[in-house]
Amino acid sequence: MTTKDKYKKVAYYPGCALEGTGHAYNRSTKAVGKELGLELVEVENWNCCGAMEVKNVDPKLQTYLSSRVMSVAANEMDMDVVMAPCNGCYHNLKKAEYDLKNDPESVEVVDKLSKKAGHKTYESGQVETIHALDWIKDAIGEDGLAERVKNSLSGIKVANYYGCMYTRPRHIFPEKDAGPGSESTSKPHFMDDLLAVAGAENVEFPLKTACCGGAHTLSDSDMSTKLVLNILKAAKLSGADVIATECPTCHSGLEMHQIRAEKTLGETVDIKILYFTQLLGMALGLKPKKVGVHENISDSFKFLKEKGLA
Amino acid sequence: MRPLAEIEMAIAAVTLEPGPKVAADELLQLSEEVIEHWVVARGEEPTSDKREGFRLLALHRQGAKGDPSFNACRETCREIVYHYNLVTMQSEHAETTNRLEMMKMISNHLYLFVSGKMQVAELGEFCCSAKPIRTSTDFDAGTTKEA
Repeated sequence: MTTKDKYKKVAYYPGCALEGTGHAYNRSTKAVGKELGLELVEVENWNCCGAMEVKNVDPKLQTYLSSRVMSVAANEMDMDVVMAPCNGCYHNLKKAEYDLKNDPESVEVVDKLSKKAGHKTYESGQVETIHALDWIKDAIGEDGLAERVKNSLSGIKVANYYGCMYTRPRHIFPEKDAGPGSESTSKPHFMDDLLAVAGAENVEFPLKTACCGGAHTLSDSDMSTKLVLNILKAAKLSGADVIATECPTCHSGLEMHQIRAEKTLGETVDIKILYFTQLLGMALGLKPKKVGVHENISDSFKFLKEKGLA
Repeated sequence: MRPLAEIEMAIAAVTLEPGPKVAADELLQLSEEVIEHWVVARGEEPTSDKREGFRLLALHRQGAKGDPSFNACRETCREIVYHYNLVTMQSEHAETTNRLEMMKMISNHLYLFVSGKMQVAELGEFCCSAKPIRTSTDFDAGTTKEA
């Protein structure tokens, strides 16, 4: 079976952010999948991936939590691909996969906890974890996407922001940096590629993998605001109208701290923030509400109307 | 090595006025000092080596040794170097003002990232991928097995 066929039907692991602050990402991912004829089967009774909190307290417990999601997909749903649009979930599932392949102690801990929880232990290699970017890029391809574009994003200048977890640490993503056609860990480009096919003009954006401050947004909000403000200003200086995101933590951080920067630092940066799935969905002819633009914190309707997308 | 707070102000104060090369040199120097703070806080002597012709890249490598989470600013350092090259090697280019401004923003990002990491006990722990990668050395297996 080719990768293209394999990705046509995948287990969907939204993770907790996509049920909360990142709901627009959830909505737009599902809408784009439907429009492209791709099938998402949500992982039954999924649990938290371990996020950052569990990982920093007990990394092996995070490995177990992520492994359970993969175990349910593989052993209870008979799926061989798990698609996680959230960078945190994607990163953690990939890390668990790596640990279970390379660390016997992790295997032992996961086996014990799985037995205690009463489900089959996940074994490394049972599923392939992919990101929403891999999913669309490989299942549809750039040519396939080009054929389906109804409303070109032409005239929209986009700074593609990947955040820090999509490509780091590089050893847990063996499929990246694998030659032509693969994703790059130093200069990721899958989002750039997809949005370019949809007609957008991608700008050179030097902070595309820089830290958004998401992990300490509660412990040190001022630092997060300054980091976000810097990203917004750099994107603006790059000539962008929009920052495209593919991580719910980055996205909500950019939106919230854009407002906070106005309130606490008196600095306003006029730039829109949209999930790449929202931009792709509108390029495919979906209405802004269908891809959850109304669920974003910032208001992009006027801008989208000017660009003929709303 | 200037105090971190002074570095932030010094980055903000850099202008094109003394010339592109002087301004870019100053930003590169300030970025090196940011990483020197990180290295010194780890109890090490900042390296004077260069990688690919830049001390900043050698310092970053030194700072990331044993702490993969520090690689979250690897590309930031490389972008500083890239913009340094743009500004100094094509100083007459029409985009030089913007390029220097971008270099300031990237240097500022490095400052914010590193100073954020240093807030707690000099070597704060907020970065997402910090602990799991080095679990083999500091993980107490007994706790988890009983969890």
